[in-house]
Order: sequence, then C-alpha cells, then structure tokens
Amino acid sequence: MLHAAYLMPLLPLAGFVVLVAFGRRLGDPWAGWVGTAAVTGSFVAACVTLAGLSHVTPGSHRVFTQTFFTWIPVAGLQVKVALLVDPLSMTMAMFVTGVSMLIHLYSIGYMKDDPDYPKFFVYLNLFVFMMLALVLADNLLVTFVGWEGVGLCSYWLIAYWFRRDAAASAGKKAFVYNRIGDAGFLVAMFLVFEKVGSLNYLTVFAHRGALTGWAVTAVVLLLFLAATGKSAQIPLFNWLPDAMEGPTPVSALIHAATMVTAGVYLLCRMNQVLALSPGAMWTVAAIGGATAFVAATIATSQDDIKKVLAFSTVSQIGYMMLGVGTGAYVAAIFLMVAHAFYKGLLFLGAGSVIHGLEDEQDLKAMGRLRTFLPWTYGTFLVAWLAIAGVPPFSGFWSKGDILGNVFAKSKPLWALGVLTAVLTAYYMTRLFVLAFHGDARWQRAVGDRPAHHRPHEAPWVMRLPLVLLAAFAAVGGILNLPWAHRYSLANWLGPVFRGSLFESHATTLNQVVLETVDGAAAVVGLAIAWQLWRRRSERPELEPAFLRRVWYWDDAYDATIGRPSQVVARVAATVVEGRVIDGAVNGAAQLARSLASRTRRVQTGFVRNYALGIVLGLAGIVAFFVSRTWWS
Amino acid sequence: MTSLVLSLVSLAAARATVPDVITFVVGAVLVLAGAVGVVTSRNPVHAALSLIATLFGVAVLFVEENANFIAAVQVIVYAGAIVVLFLFVIMFLGVDRRENLAAEPLRGQRPLAFVLMVVALGCVLAMAASAHWVTGARTVTGPIDTRGRPEVAQLGTQLFTRYLFAFEATAALLVIAVVGAVVLARRPPSPAEPDAASTPERHDVPAGRIDGGPAGGAEAAPLEGAAAPEGAAVPGPAGMGAPAGSGGEASGPPVRRPEGVPG
Amino acid sequence: MTIAGGWYLGLAAVLFSIGAIGVLVRRNVLVMFMCIELMLNAANLTFVTFARMLHDIAGQALVFFVLVVAAAEVVVGLGIVVAIFRRRADTTADDLHILKG
Repeated sequence: MLHAAYLMPLLPLAGFVVLVAFGRRLGDPWAGWVGTAAVTGSFVAACVTLAGLSHVTPGSHRVFTQTFFTWIPVAGLQVKVALLVDPLSMTMAMFVTGVSMLIHLYSIGYMKDDPDYPKFFVYLNLFVFMMLALVLADNLLVTFVGWEGVGLCSYWLIAYWFRRDAAASAGKKAFVYNRIGDAGFLVAMFLVFEKVGSLNYLTVFAHRGALTGWAVTAVVLLLFLAATGKSAQIPLFNWLPDAMEGPTPVSALIHAATMVTAGVYLLCRMNQVLALSPGAMWTVAAIGGATAFVAATIATSQDDIKKVLAFSTVSQIGYMMLGVGTGAYVAAIFLMVAHAFYKGLLFLGAGSVIHGLEDEQDLKAMGRLRTFLPWTYGTFLVAWLAIAGVPPFSGFWSKGDILGNVFAKSKPLWALGVLTAVLTAYYMTRLFVLAFHGDARWQRAVGDRPAHHRPHEAPWVMRLPLVLLAAFAAVGGILNLPWAHRYSLANWLGPVFRGSLFESHATTLNQVVLETVDGAAAVVGLAIAWQLWRRRSERPELEPAFLRRVWYWDDAYDATIGRPSQVVARVAATVVEGRVIDGAVNGAAQLARSLASRTRRVQTGFVRNYALGIVLGLAGIVAFFVSRTWWS
Repeated sequence: MTSLVLSLVSLAAARATVPDVITFVVGAVLVLAGAVGVVTSRNPVHAALSLIATLFGVAVLFVEENANFIAAVQVIVYAGAIVVLFLFVIMFLGVDRRENLAAEPLRGQRPLAFVLMVVALGCVLAMAASAHWVTGARTVTGPIDTRGRPEVAQLGTQLFTRYLFAFEATAALLVIAVVGAVVLARRPPSPAEPDAASTPERHDVPAGRIDGGPAGGAEAAPLEGAAAPEGAAVPGPAGMGAPAGSGGEASGPPVRRPEGVPG
Repeated sequence: MTIAGGWYLGLAAVLFSIGAIGVLVRRNVLVMFMCIELMLNAANLTFVTFARMLHDIAGQALVFFVLVVAAAEVVVGLGIVVAIFRRRADTTADDLHILKG
C-alpha cells in the first residue's frame, strides 16, 4: 500500500499533460472534470499510502523512501528523485490533495464561461504536482524544484487575466519577491552541501553535527528568508495582497491553503537543523509574531474582502512561524491543517459572494447577504467562528496550542499573540458583519458603482466544497486536542520531531487558564466589532491611512529599492550601455577601421614599391644574420 | 671588423699571376661598366648594348675560372639569343622612347632603394668575409677535372645521370615557354569583335595616333584594366599602326601584314 | 696561381646590387627586365666561383639550368610585355596600379 506513493504526484502530472494536449478540445466543463479527477485520484492514493504508513509500527519506523531515478550522479553530489513518505509529508500530502480536490470541484462552477477555461485547470493540475513534489521530496534539491514550480504556477495563475495591467503586475511582483527568497534557499543548499556533503534529508539529519556554529545559523536564517518569501512574512509579504488579482479559487488554494504553507513545512522538515541554532529560532519566532501582529492591524482597515483575507493569511502564518520558532512544531502543523480548512472555506465563501454579486469585492458595497446567499452564509459563519478562535471550532484549539507553547517560552511574544488574537476576531467579525448583516448597500448606486441585481446563490459544484470544508473546520479540532489521544497529531508527528519538539508540560490549571484567556480574547474582539460595525459601514477614524496603506510598506520599498533601482537601470542603459560598452565595441571597430585605412596605404599598386618591399625584407634578414655572427 | 680586413689581406696575398690579374680586372671593369650602363641609359637600345658588355665580361670571367663550356654557352645563349630577343621587342615597342630619368614619381623610392641595397650588400660581404668566403664540403657531386680533359665531360655526365630529371624538365620548360610566347603575343580573331579581324587596316591614319580606328577606343580599356593575356586578345588591326612610331613606315608593312590575316 | 674566390664573389655581389637598384629605380619595363638579367648573371658568377672553390661540378650544372630558366623566363616575360604594352609605347611599369589598396 505504501508503494502507491508514486501515484500521488504522477496523477496530477498526467492530468496536466492530458489537459495541455486535449484541454481546448475538451472545453467547458469537461476539462475541469478531468483536472478534478486527476487530483481526486491523487487524494485516494494519498489515503492509501497513509493507511499503509499507519500500519507500520512502531511509530519511529514510519520512514519510507520510494526512488524514481537518479538525477545527478556526479561524484560528490548524488541526487535522486525520490519520495520520502513519513508522517509529516503524509499529513501535508493529505490536506494538500484534499483541499485541492475540493477547490478543483469549486472551480468548475466558478470559472464557467471564462474564455480560457481549460488553461486554468492546466495550471492548477501542474500546481498540485509541484506542491506534492515539494512536500514529498526526500532531498533539498527536489524540494527546491517543487518550490520553484509552485512559484511559477502561482505567477501564471495570479496573472491569469493577464490582459489586466493590475493582474500582470501582481504576478510579476509575486514572482520577484519569491525569487529573492529563493536566493536564500540556494545559498542554504550550498552551505549544507559544503558542510555535510549531501542534500538528502535523512543524510543531513544523520550528519548534522557537521554544521558548526555560524554555518547552522546561516542555513536556518537563509531557509527562513526563503520561507518569508514563499509564506509572505516580514520582509517579503507585500506580494500576497496584490496576488488577490487572481481568480478566487487560486487565492483559496495557493495563497491560503497550500503554497504559502510551504515555508512553514520547510522549516518543520529541517527541525533537526533548526534545533542546533537557538538564536535563529528566536529570530523566526520574533519575526513570526511581529508579522502576525502587523498583518492583523492592516486587516482591520481593508475594504476589499479578499485583501482582508489575504492579510489574515499573513497573520495566521505568522502564528505558525511563531510556533516553529518556539519549537512547537506539532502546534504549527495543527494550525496549518486547521487554517487550510477554514481559510480555504473563507476564500471560497468570498468567491461565492463575489460570484453572486457579479464581481463586487468592496465590503462597503455589500450587506445583508445572509438572506440571499443562505448556504454561503452558513458555511461562512462556521469559518468565521473558527478563525476567530471561538471554541469548540478548530481555530480555538489550534491557536490555543501555539499560544500555550509560546507562553512557556516567552511572555512578551505570548502577549503579542493574544493581542493579535483579539485583532483577528475583530477584523473577521467586521468582515462578516459588513458582508452579511447590516443594510443591503449593494441595492443603491454610489458614485460610479451601479446598483447590483439580486445576488444568486452558487451552483452545487461550488456549494459542496463549502459544506465539506465547513464540516472539517468545525470538527478539525479533534486532530490535536490538548488531552492527547492515540490518533492525535502529537502522537502521529512525534517521531518526526523527536528531540526538537518543545513540550510545554504545563499543569492542567495553567492550560485551562490559558485557554480561557484565548477564548476571552476571541469573544472580546468579536463583541467589539459586532457593536461597531453592525449599524454603520463607514467609520474612517477606525481605518487610518497608515493601516490602509499597509504601514506604507510598499511605498517604503518603492522609495528605497524601487526608485534607486530604476535610476541605476537608467544609468546603465544610457551611460554604461550607450557610452562605455557601445563605445568600446564601436571603438574597437573604429580602431580596426582606422588602422586598416592607414595600413592600406602600403598597397600603392606600384610594382616597384612592392619590389622595394622585397628588398627591405632582404636587407632585414641579412642584417639580422650579420648581427648574429658579429655579436656572437 | 678585423676578420674583414684579414680576409682582404688574404685575398691580396694570394699568389696570382699577372695575366690572371689583368684578365680579372678587364672582366670586372666590363661587367661593372655594363651594369652601370644598363641602369643609367635613357635609351633602351643603349641599355641592351650595355647588357651585352656585361654578359661578355661575365663570359671572360667564366673562362678565367676554367668554366670554358659555360662561358661559351653564356655567349651563345645570353648574348646571342636573349639580348637579341630584347632588341626585337625594343624595336617592336618603340625604339626612341626616352625615359625621364630625373623624375621619380614614387616618394622615397630612390633614396630607399640605394640605402637598402647598400646595406644589404655591405651585410652580405661582411657575412661572407667572416666565413672566409666559402663553407661546405668539397667535391660532393663530382670533381672538376681540369687535367687536360675539358670539364664538359664531367658536366655532361652529371647532367645526364644525377640531374637527368631536371634536365628533362627544362626541356619541357622550353617547350612551354615557346607555346606561351606564341599564345601571348598573337592576336586571335574573336567573333565578339568582328572589327578586329574584318575591318581592314587603315593606311590613311598617320602612325603615332592612338585613337585611329574603330577599335582604337576599346584598346585603351584593356591596357588600363587588364595585365592579362585577355588584353592581347582584343586588339584591332588599326591599333597596330600606332606604336609603330615615326620610324615605323618602313618597318610597318612587313610587321602588319602577318597580323592582318584573320587568324 | 689564380685570383682568390673572394674577389669574384664580391664582384658578383656588387653586380647583383646594381641590378637590384636598377629594377627599383627604372620605370621602363624592358630596362627593368634587363636589370633582372644582371642579377641572374651575378648568381651565375657566384655559382661558378663556388664550383671552383669547392672543386665541385655541381655549380656549373646549376649555371646550366639557370641559363635555361632565364631564357624561358625572358621569352615568356617579353611575350607578356608585348601583350600589355603593344598599344602605347610610353607606358611604364607605374601605369599598372589597379591593385592599389
């Protein structure tokens, strides 16, 4: 059963190939069904592999490698394309394929009537293949291939409606920010290879003693740089809000559930290396905490429904990084899984709202949608409560897990986390109320926005994933309840993180108190937002420009990096290229030409001159020989 | 420097009889006077006559060096055939063309020529003197037998045994040269230029005029453009009158008639 | 006995250089040709002198060949001269300068 592992990445790849070849002929909606079928097959293979893995006992033996072929058989560097099946990668694979499957199904309805319908599923299938390559790889290099691949698919999908300038720019921005992080990944790989001699995870972990002092801190920080790029943390997070230009299923899949978690996964995978550098881990935790807080503040002031959710994603991943940085790996993975459920659901619900209101995304132009979109309302409610951290939904247990571990390590970070939890509940409630409650502002025409028609509920292909995700978001907490049980994530993932996992070992009293504080934080934020936003949709004093403009982060980058780079580019293009390089090249040609025209004068055409040349040579040779004999 | 002086002294100290010395001096004077005459004569006929003087002087020196056969061959072939050929061509192309020796259109040609040649000469003499004038093994090919028997026999033996291949090659060379000369110098009747063959020679055109005749204008082009035998293939009959020169009337008809026949 | 070979060789060298100067300085094609003949004669004189000094018949054999080649060369060369300079008598070697660079 374990041998079914190879089907996991290969089925989406096959789907990609089939859609590339026949997608256009299949058209709407068959191309979508083919793509969904491929990912469903992958999910089934993942379930089978999971079952096979769980039958292996004891837990510490659950490590299985399936090799495809040897990619680089160079002396000194052996890289095989192989799958590493262990509890961590299978956890990732399960929720990646599961959520992808639901989102593929959703997209069949959402992307209907789009002129490039088959292209969407081509990219989506390729994305799933790349993500699985990332998650299941058994060495850093194949992970990097998947890493780059998901970045590429993200670029394609963000800029899906490329004829819009905003979408094309957003795609470029995402790719460039990712690239900066990738440089960190590359240098980290070089360092690891130089010290350890191999890029294979198991080998690196076995010889992690070779990574000394500064090297291990450098590796961790560089990998974290890559993670900030991919997972949208400070300082490379600005691309994620812009990435909302892509279709909503893309935002749900890539920028909520899967790709942005790749950074967290990478750090969790390398946990044994992280454990060697406490300083780097504190850096990760601090930046994670700060990002969570900053993003939460920004989310309180955004008008675009998708942007609120984008900043919310940044904030939640900040929590995950906080967990990773304090050694609470299991908690981070738990939050990742729960987040995939409820954030995916939030995005799909937002997509349903946008679809229902015919592409309206401004919260200030919505309102009272609960009467018109009942299914969307119901599932969105579950997601809202989950992310706000209201018990007993999954968000409460997962966030509580992280905060509990952080409390034992660092009180200031814990306080920041709790404050962020309040803000999270606040901005999510604000979104919920503005969209589904209050006045039906969409009925009125305001400025140059026309009035909307009566919104229509989504078709069944879109509703089914909503319902399924809502169910998971509701009961997902079971995965890792504080009182550990046999099937909890802590037991399942324990062997992967042995040694590096931080167990808080808090007393039951402490645990209960902390959880009460978490719950209270959620309720407080929720209540405040409910009161403020139920009746009024405009409160400019609560939405200062500083927060609306993302703490002026984009402007700061533009001023410090963007404009100077443009100046440099302009200088390079005109002065360096025009005068120096062209001058050198043209100058060389000029030199040749002028030399030639001067040398050409030797060719006078007169035979007697040529004869004189012969005599000159003769005199020279003879003189040379004489000088040799006379001065010998 | 010292070796040069030493070699000169050894030369002078060589035991030479008076008749030998006189013969050498006479031959040398002839050679040098003729050479200078060739180089400085304005009239090409005078130059040819000076050349004969040089050749004769060289023949005298050959005899002095006991190369009697070669001396005879020199006189017969060089002075007797080659110089005659020269004179033929000089007559053909205009006897009294006088070159303006004073002017030198090419810049720096004359001074450079003198300087370079003097330098080369000096260096060669210095080298040779320092090597005592001759290096090499003696009697490699075969001795020159001067005891009574003439060296012709030696020469003949070597030519027909050791250098037989070269000898046969020179025979072929001579045939090729003859054929080449015939081809180069004749005027074939080409169908592209009916004027060349069909137009009769015009006797009313005074000799010396270049542009007499329908094909005269076409003549100028090949002279400028082609140094190849193609130029020789184009000429027309009328042009034949021009280079004949003032003294050409008498020599004109005998020269023209063979060419006038369309070939 | 007889004159030392060095004198002949010196004379031949001088003759050669006079011939070379003549080739370089004169413009009349026929005179240039005659100067070339001077140079060939200088070479012949050198050969015969070496034949005497080294007591080897090869020098004279070579003179033989040089003579033949000179004859053939003169024949063909004068044919070319005739072909080119047939039309105008006052053309000199300087008039052929089409290969000017």
